[in-house]
Amino acid sequence: MSAVLSAYDDVITRYAPVIGLETHVELGTVSKMFCGCSTSFGGEPNTQVCPVCLGLPGALPVANAGAIEATIRIGLALNCSIASWCRFARKNYFYPDMPKNFQISQYDEPLCTDGWVDVRLAGVVHRIEIERVHLEEDTGKSLHVGGATGRIHGATHSLVDFNRAGIPLVEIVTKPVAGTGAQAPEVARAYVTELRDILRTLGVSDVRMEQGSLRCDVNTSLSTVDSEVWGTRTETKNVNSLRSVERAVRSEMIRQAAVLDAGERVIQETRHFHENSGESTAGRSKEEATDYRYFPEPDLVPLAPAAEWIEQLRGTLPELPSTRRQRLQASWNLSDPEMDALANAGALDLIEATVAAGAPAEDARKWWLGDLSRRANEAGLELGELPVTPAQVAQLAGLVTAGRVNDKLARQALSGVLAGEGSPEEVVAARGLEVVSDTGALGTAVDEAIAAAPDIAAKVRGGKTAAAGALVGAVMTATRGQADARVVRELILARLTQN
Amino acid sequence: MTELTTMDAAALAVEIAAGRVSAVEVALAHLDRIAAVDDKVHAFLHIDHDGALAAARAVDERRATGEELGPLAGVPLAMKDVVVTRGLPSTSGSQILRGWIPPYDATVTRRVLDAGIVMLGKTNMDEFAMGSSTENSAYGPSHNPWDLDRIPGGSSGGSSAAVSAYEAPLGIGTDTGGSIRQPAAVTGLVGHKPTYGGVSRYGLIAFSSSLDQAGPLSRTVLDAALLHEVIGGHDPADSTSIDAPVPAVVAAARDGARADLSGLRIGVVQELSGDGYESGVLDRFSDAVRLLTELGATITEVSCPHFGYALPAYYLIAPSECSSNLARFDAVRYGLRVGDDGVRGLEEVMSLTREAGFGAEVKRRIILGTYALSSGYYDAYYGQAQKVRTLISRDFAAGFKTCDVLVSPTTPTVAFPLGARVDDPMAMYAADLCTLPASLAGTPAISVPCGLSEGLPVGLQVMAPALADDRCYRVAAAVEAAVAGRDGQPILAAAPSL
Ligand SMILES: [Zn+2]
Repeated sequence: MSAVLSAYDDVITRYAPVIGLETHVELGTVSKMFCGCSTSFGGEPNTQVCPVCLGLPGALPVANAGAIEATIRIGLALNCSIASWCRFARKNYFYPDMPKNFQISQYDEPLCTDGWVDVRLAGVVHRIEIERVHLEEDTGKSLHVGGATGRIHGATHSLVDFNRAGIPLVEIVTKPVAGTGAQAPEVARAYVTELRDILRTLGVSDVRMEQGSLRCDVNTSLSTVDSEVWGTRTETKNVNSLRSVERAVRSEMIRQAAVLDAGERVIQETRHFHENSGESTAGRSKEEATDYRYFPEPDLVPLAPAAEWIEQLRGTLPELPSTRRQRLQASWNLSDPEMDALANAGALDLIEATVAAGAPAEDARKWWLGDLSRRANEAGLELGELPVTPAQVAQLAGLVTAGRVNDKLARQALSGVLAGEGSPEEVVAARGLEVVSDTGALGTAVDEAIAAAPDIAAKVRGGKTAAAGALVGAVMTATRGQADARVVRELILARLTQN
Repeated sequence: MTELTTMDAAALAVEIAAGRVSAVEVALAHLDRIAAVDDKVHAFLHIDHDGALAAARAVDERRATGEELGPLAGVPLAMKDVVVTRGLPSTSGSQILRGWIPPYDATVTRRVLDAGIVMLGKTNMDEFAMGSSTENSAYGPSHNPWDLDRIPGGSSGGSSAAVSAYEAPLGIGTDTGGSIRQPAAVTGLVGHKPTYGGVSRYGLIAFSSSLDQAGPLSRTVLDAALLHEVIGGHDPADSTSIDAPVPAVVAAARDGARADLSGLRIGVVQELSGDGYESGVLDRFSDAVRLLTELGATITEVSCPHFGYALPAYYLIAPSECSSNLARFDAVRYGLRVGDDGVRGLEEVMSLTREAGFGAEVKRRIILGTYALSSGYYDAYYGQAQKVRTLISRDFAAGFKTCDVLVSPTTPTVAFPLGARVDDPMAMYAADLCTLPASLAGTPAISVPCGLSEGLPVGLQVMAPALADDRCYRVAAAVEAAVAGRDGQPILAAAPSL
């Protein structure tokens, strides 16, 4: 880890990165983009298909009005201009999981253009400009059988599932993002996080990266810090988590720097990111890229959303994440950097839900950003993927506040919750973690500790109350940490200073 | 040939509805006729004997229960193979779709069947509707009943051959650049290309999406109108389908049959004559124009200066769209698969299949279209062609400012001999010179027989503004009546018996 970090630190002293992100979002419409088939995930292969999405001879597409509306709402939320007239286009290339061997997409007339979204990182605002937002159809999914790796190499045959073919897909493309320096990987991650939150707030997609409903391609290039000209970019695909977005940019920066340091040139190519190794491997070279022969889709009429409709959609957008963050920040009384740390950790919803479940904001923040973040990192999970609910965290915080467990015991209780042993209450009961605050039961331990250390007891009696710490420690040891240290201290002082 | 096979569709429907003849008898008479002559004509690729009789029986049963039947119930029809039919082969004249049985019906098929029309089978055509003679069919050409050594036109030549050979009173064709009107003209039939969007394209195996239109072929104008009303009208499954009522074409056909065109303003398109037009064709066209004057119409000359660019524009747009539309034939999901030996990779199987499955003309157009859409060439070819299209529409708009309809010969020549143009694509393409402008403009046009040249039929084309299909039918019906009055019989009566 330290070797990688130092390599990265070395890279950014000499090179400036430019990044760009292309994000594909599967819309959560009930039916597909151009037919009535279901879009639900996980169906038996080829059960959600019809002549249209199978590309049978003669079948024709009809555009899904709900998908168009969702795309316009996305465009509005990203501060884009909405085209008053635009067309679908055919992107022609042969691929077995694409039923018609062309994809209905948009080319030079996207539905939404020229927007922006602000992301905040450690109190600094980075404005990410949006080039375009357009609507297209997803492809089917190939399954390569017979090889060891599930990849096409070594496979004996391939199966295609067309359930996904024709699901509405929105592509959101940023303009190149320069000037973020060492923070480029984090900016990339923060952007995708923000985008995900916006999409979730709009309710247009379930935005689950692991199921592929949110997919990210990351463009990266490096130039020397004093150069005005941007370097050759690569496009890293298969980036399937927020963490991977950050890792993919970082590893690509390190890789490109090594190429440039060796006096070679970066090849414009597609690279595939590998979740396990955190490295990417070269794919198709863009220099031999296919000519997609775009032309306006003759089977569909142009889209011409009415200005009044667009305004109506604008007027009914929900509270967007940035607005919500400002509201929560004020109500939780946090500084900008505190709020940014919390948002970038993906903890906003979790903390809000924890507060809603009764915990003070400060406690909720402390738990999610502290212990839980550390455990999520160790497990390689997103915070939200940890097997603990905000309500359980609130319960845990309540136990501490009530003095029923101390911080150390609370962490043990949390371990139990994460291990699936039940709610914090249940774990505390089952593991017997509750602090011993029953003064009768503690009294014996206290008396024994005083009897065992008469010299210290004498000091306390003489007014050196700080010396009581040693006696507290002894009682805690004797009770195996299960006593409430505050109560123990009170009992000791009561015995040695009152009479 | 019996009386039942020579009757027109409207008359047959009346006889069936009145119970004077059963739909089954009518179907059997036509199936017998097919059995007797189709080895000479080769109009059909697939005959659905059982399906036809079942459909006819259903009509007879409905009639027996006292149900009111539609205006074409029980009438047999020949369906072009480009139209998808559930459970019946639909090859579009290509090897690459040999053996494919569609799991769904085209909207046209659905509407035909729902009207109680009896589909006899699927008719031959140039592969994927690319051609003017049926000689590009992967299954051998059809023959013109007027002269078996001549072409029946194309691409809907199977349907035109079937209807002119009395194998069926009705045929469905599709027209991309003239593929209904030209076969109608050279076989002595009526053929109408509706306004683009007037008939659903859902289930037509696409050749050129922005041009394809299905329409009727028949021996009378009224029959064509009756079939048009059955298949026309809005279809939510086709986004380019027009959401408007079907023009009142049947009423227009009946009105036109009174042979009175008083006050109608007709424009003769100057550009659709001259070099390359047979003198016999031009003479019959002049006769027809004179006839129109006698019917009370006023005739003016109209110039459409951009019609001359229709052919090059068409041969960029149609191949471009077809290069994309035909990409789906890749051996992965249906149709022909060649070379899948477990050793060859996917790309090679795709290539071998397309190499074996497509004929020469289809390949020519795919290559042409692929080139025209290539980055760096798009603006010069596809883009320019679209601009020409706009200019042609403007020519029409200007013409329709002063005229109600425009007229021209349907084709520059009568039916040419089989084989005469197979090695000369440009000569073959010239067969569509007169029909291409209305295709590119998306406007309706009809071909109606107007006389004979060298013993072969000549067609008059009547072109109207978009959505004014009724004008085509009105003028065509008037011409039909006037010609029969002049000659003492319909044009088709002059055809030799097979
Ligand atoms: Zn479908």
